[in-house]
Amino acid sequence: MNAWILALIQTALLMLLAPLLSGWVKWIKCKMQCRRGPAPWQPYRDLAKLMRKEVVLAEHASPLFRATPYLVFSVTALASSVVPAFAVGLPTAAIADVIVMVGFFALGRFFLSLAGMDIGTAFGGMGASREVTISSLAEPAMLLSIFTLSMTFASTNLDTMVHFSLTQPFQIHPSFIFSGLSLLLVATAECGRIPIDNPATHLELTMVHEAMILEYSGRHLALLEWASMLKMLIFGVLITNLFIPWGIALNPGVVPLAIGTLSMLIKLMFIGTVLAVSESVLAKMRLFRAPEFLSLAFILSLLGMLSHVVLEVY
Amino acid sequence: MYLHLAHLGVILALLAAVVPLPIRRINTSVRLAFALLGLSGVACAFAGGMGMLSNSSMSAVLPIGLPWLHSHQHLDPLGGFFLLLVGGVSGIVSLYGPNYVISSDVDSASTRVLAIFTGLFIAGMYLVILAADAFSFMVAWELMSVASYFLVAHDHSQAKNTRAAFIYLLMAQAGGLLILLSFGVLAGFGDGFTFSAMQNASLPPYWEHIAFGLAFIGFGMKAGIVPLHVWLPQAHPVAPSHISALMSGVMLKVAVYGFIRFCYDLLGTIHWQWGVIVLLAGCASALLGVLYALMQHDLKRLLAYHSVENIGIIYMGLGLSFLFASNNVPTLAALGLIAALYHCMNHALFKSLLFLGAGAVIQQSGRHDLNHMGGLLRLMPITGVCFLVGCISISALPPFNGFVSEWLTFQTALQGTALESGVIKSMIAVAAAALALTGALAAACFVKVFGIAFLGQARTEDMLRAHEVSAGMKGSQVLLALSCLLLGVFPTAAINSMEAIPAVLLGTGLKSTQTNTWLWLTPVSGQAASYGAPMVLSGICIAWLGAYVFLHPRRRKTPVRFSPAWDCGFGPLEARTQYTASSFSQPIRRIFRPVWPIDEKVTPPSAATNGGRYSIHIGDWAWDRLYLPLGQLIQRSARIVARLQGGNIRTYLAYSFFTLIVMLWIVT
Repeated sequence: MNAWILALIQTALLMLLAPLLSGWVKWIKCKMQCRRGPAPWQPYRDLAKLMRKEVVLAEHASPLFRATPYLVFSVTALASSVVPAFAVGLPTAAIADVIVMVGFFALGRFFLSLAGMDIGTAFGGMGASREVTISSLAEPAMLLSIFTLSMTFASTNLDTMVHFSLTQPFQIHPSFIFSGLSLLLVATAECGRIPIDNPATHLELTMVHEAMILEYSGRHLALLEWASMLKMLIFGVLITNLFIPWGIALNPGVVPLAIGTLSMLIKLMFIGTVLAVSESVLAKMRLFRAPEFLSLAFILSLLGMLSHVVLEVY
Repeated sequence: MYLHLAHLGVILALLAAVVPLPIRRINTSVRLAFALLGLSGVACAFAGGMGMLSNSSMSAVLPIGLPWLHSHQHLDPLGGFFLLLVGGVSGIVSLYGPNYVISSDVDSASTRVLAIFTGLFIAGMYLVILAADAFSFMVAWELMSVASYFLVAHDHSQAKNTRAAFIYLLMAQAGGLLILLSFGVLAGFGDGFTFSAMQNASLPPYWEHIAFGLAFIGFGMKAGIVPLHVWLPQAHPVAPSHISALMSGVMLKVAVYGFIRFCYDLLGTIHWQWGVIVLLAGCASALLGVLYALMQHDLKRLLAYHSVENIGIIYMGLGLSFLFASNNVPTLAALGLIAALYHCMNHALFKSLLFLGAGAVIQQSGRHDLNHMGGLLRLMPITGVCFLVGCISISALPPFNGFVSEWLTFQTALQGTALESGVIKSMIAVAAAALALTGALAAACFVKVFGIAFLGQARTEDMLRAHEVSAGMKGSQVLLALSCLLLGVFPTAAINSMEAIPAVLLGTGLKSTQTNTWLWLTPVSGQAASYGAPMVLSGICIAWLGAYVFLHPRRRKTPVRFSPAWDCGFGPLEARTQYTASSFSQPIRRIFRPVWPIDEKVTPPSAATNGGRYSIHIGDWAWDRLYLPLGQLIQRSARIVARLQGGNIRTYLAYSFFTLIVMLWIVT
């Protein structure tokens, strides 16, 4: 029972932290570019404002358009309960392994793209078309690099994977380096960050995610924005905990949990800083250069897999 | 007992083929025929289900056929599974049939023909599954093939339809011939045409490879693996939609049944090379199938290419199963087999659902082309929602059924470390990546299909005339959609009831499904992988409810306001400003450019033409590079052989004379 409460706490904590991570990335980015920039907690204010605002729907929007924000939000929230964030051994972790988690994001994206096409404006269709193109290239790279890890740990359960890598004696796997790099590239594409997509722009030549949600307003938009912040946080937690698992709580005592939470915050601040730096030094790519970027991710994950099979299996 | 019930089902299906003849009123005869088909479906599904659950095999010898060659029949778990599938889907489709056939046909004679051959076709499929000797198998197989030829050729007023049907018949016959030869190899060594004699045959490995090769190509032609798939995208758009549903949903599975029966049951020993071949063929079919599907804008042709993709996924599961079986890891071989069979069942359900939905749309609007559709969800809400369920299932998204079988295939692939050869291990890993790419592209394709056809604004006037279909047509779609959801949410129950199939074929079941509760699906062990589908569904519902309740006060305070969509200040939004099916898939077309032969024409605007023109035609490399040259080669060699036939009586006499001399020489 306690474990279930802990799982609920984790979900709530991740949901509450998500806007802070986006705010943190933006804040660091502004500091690096010598701008004043908004405070890190600005996303909370934005979400609160959007919640209060009126929802304006297009006249011929179908019920699917109204259901999509709720669906996307709940699927992402469920994903946040599955990923091991500050403790392993939570009962929710067994609900879904990493393949199912990729499936959750795919489900959210499926409905979001449909919602983009629902109103019948050119923008929505454009965003949906680009989104499914990019994700259909990103998904195999992501799964392949995760498969490398799961073959090492003989499991696709995230919880078991993290637990296994903590309890094993430390050893450097060459395949992990490739997979980690590949996952970083995929995560930038999946979360719609520079160089694949730019969350700060509303220029039709470059929009992907923003084009799909262009017709949303008010609380619907708030749910979608929150879900995309949460998705970025989940990717951050996932990558850091898979490759730098140290600090995560192995048993549900107060001290280990406190250490786990603290280490999670430090890891997230770190990966947020990495993202901010990379977004400051890179420029947004043309849409048709995105396949090159993603095929690089795919090649890296393939190299990881091959080096695992060749070098690490005895 | 259950075998007799299955035979009753066959008799009912044959009755359904005879009944339309004497009854004059066309509506009555069609309704009666479909009622009989429905009953036969229920009987066969029940018999099949019971046969699948029981661990033993039932057999009987019927005094039908040649005097010295009676027909052997049997029902074992594998046959029972496929009988359940065929019976279930044809039972549900016969709810859909009557109104669809009556409303879409004007000519009563052709409607009668349709009803007759539907009955024969379904009876043929039942008999293929029940057959326990090569003779009955081949007779039933040909009954199925020829009857379905007449169904494809049903609308024979247009030349392209008869051509499509002819190609289908040609390939079905070529495939049938190869299957016959493969049975011949086994019968030659096994001393008899019954399956039990063939099981006991001891073949030298050389002949085993030959028999496997013949069966692989023969059954593959019917199943539609690349490059033997070319009949599928031609035949499906032509056939009536409920027939497409049966052909794609069920008949392809009968071919898969034949292949599994031949390899696992009759040949017995599995060589690792076969696993490699089947796995590679599966990868190629899955990837090329989905890539070709993405480029189609004829709804039914698109769905036909998706059948190629799904058969590919089934073959991937089978190939993995073969690899593990040849390496003596029977529990993992069982896992691969279960994954393949589960995908067979899922594909049967969601593909018939999608074809029935497509039939409803085409019946209402009269349009096949996605680029003419749009906005149908508001006019046909129930068909739309069912079609959406089909789209989610085929895109392998949780918590629906397509996801479960792909997840199982992934899990099988990840156990590849149990094999010894490093090359095969890395090949399996790449195959898993190919499966991931297939799934993602399938999702892209069905975003396109649903988004273009059911969402947005109507692209032609015809769409505005559409309205919801009749109760029977709705009912069958709802039933199929519900079973997609059920198989997605309770996979453990379904897999536990399939346990007897690997137990009979491989001598072992899955390792750990029995030890866990119905909540968790753990194919290997609870530590290695788990998927709690009921928890996923309830988790989504709880989170949804939470968000709804959280936002409820806001909803009371500021209700939703409706207004026209923002048009950027350029005047009213038109249906033509929307993305079309072709523009939606343009980025993918550009990325995977060499995969298709593309004929693209851009005519710039000029005074003579009213505005510019753009046309694109996407062909099929298999057709251009393999079948057309083959056809030309056959024609050219036929012309050379035809020189023998000079029409001169003296030459013919000379032929006879020389033949006689050669014969005499051989005799002496």
